[in-house]
Amino acid sequence: MDFELMFTSFPKLLSATLITLKLLSVSLIIGLFIGLLFAILRLNKNIFVNKFAYGYSYIFRGTPLLVQIFIIYFGLGQIEYLRSTFLWVILKEPYWCAIIAFALNTGAYTSEILRSAFQTIKLGMIEAGKSLGISNKIIFYKIQIPIAIRQSLPAYGNEIILMMKGTSLASTVTLMDLTGVAKYIISTTFKPIEVFIVAGGIYLFMTFCIHNIIKFLEKKYSF
Amino acid sequence: MELLAFGDTGWGDELFYATLMTIAVSITAMIIGFCFAAIFTPLKLSKSKFFNLIANSYTTVIRGVPELLVIYLFFFGGSGAVMYVASIFGYNEYIEINAFITGAFAIGIISGAYSTEVFRGAVQSIDKGQFEAAKVLGLSKFAQFFKIILPQVLRLAIPNLSNVWQITLKDTSLISVTGLVEIMRQSYIAAGSTRDPLFFYSFAAVLYLLLTFLSMKLINKLEIRYSRGY
Repeated sequence: MDFELMFTSFPKLLSATLITLKLLSVSLIIGLFIGLLFAILRLNKNIFVNKFAYGYSYIFRGTPLLVQIFIIYFGLGQIEYLRSTFLWVILKEPYWCAIIAFALNTGAYTSEILRSAFQTIKLGMIEAGKSLGISNKIIFYKIQIPIAIRQSLPAYGNEIILMMKGTSLASTVTLMDLTGVAKYIISTTFKPIEVFIVAGGIYLFMTFCIHNIIKFLEKKYSF
Repeated sequence: MELLAFGDTGWGDELFYATLMTIAVSITAMIIGFCFAAIFTPLKLSKSKFFNLIANSYTTVIRGVPELLVIYLFFFGGSGAVMYVASIFGYNEYIEINAFITGAFAIGIISGAYSTEVFRGAVQSIDKGQFEAAKVLGLSKFAQFFKIILPQVLRLAIPNLSNVWQITLKDTSLISVTGLVEIMRQSYIAAGSTRDPLFFYSFAAVLYLLLTFLSMKLINKLEIRYSRGY
């Protein structure tokens, strides 16, 4: 055991954790919007809209995240047309490519979580709202969405943790996130166990925090 | 389409073998995972606090740390650890472990943590009366487990194990960082030499979709088979 290496690598890994957290929070926020949009599309009665939303979530849940990142980072740059548009400003940055891939990926999972939450809402609640003369729009925003959020909290908490682990793939497109820096230190010092303990410890701490925040929210919004 | 031709002119046969490699690694990892689950599930269910602690730290650590980090640990640390063990027995030459074994083992440990949780849940949701009835019938311990408990555990566990299988299958794409030529690595090589990454990575995505689709079909059949009588 090389404790000195553990001490010296800790600050480096900690500053890399900031990038991990940034990637995680930005992609979760975008992913939540995508997820909500596609969950609503899934509940649409139009069969084409419905199938489109299903196809999206099927493709993104059925392929590895690594493939998605590579398609966006290496693949999209190949299209000549894209290079001339303003999108290229975003797509040439590995940071944004990673975020797009993460957001689309977590959006697919989130849409499934929210869809099942919407479907478990008892019809009686919506009927009660209607009989009180509340408009459909307000029923949706004030009754369905809050209940759906509460219903989906435990599953969404898991999704956040999965996504946090997923951000480690950003290191494959040259981003120096926690895993990227850990790999760099390992490959220069050849001390994998020490670095794994420190980096793994940071990840575990983040998992622990997310888990407890979700638990707290679950308690707060339970009914 | 020329790019996918079989033989020397295209990448069809290479990608085909790479797909077989992905399937082989996934199945090996799944089996290794079952071995881990077979060890850790009893520990999780045991009454001893010490055993619980061991099993819980295994599942918590593995499920809380990114797969890629675990793979790097095995990739960089694997041969070192084996050489250390070998040196105890007096063998001091350099040992290199093959990428397949390292990868399958790393993914197997991850998949084992998920399987352990699945089996624990399944055993716990079996009615207590079933254990008691088996005892009352005077069956041997062996028969109690294999004839009464295990079939019911399998019925309850198969739907969740299919999720574990999907996770394992997708995790194998991460082994490409160690150089094992599976779908992802082969697409990387092909994309590099043809300068057509969009096509090859999209094709890799199609291959993964095909694998998940086909395995779901198979697992559904298994599920029906194991829920006979319900």
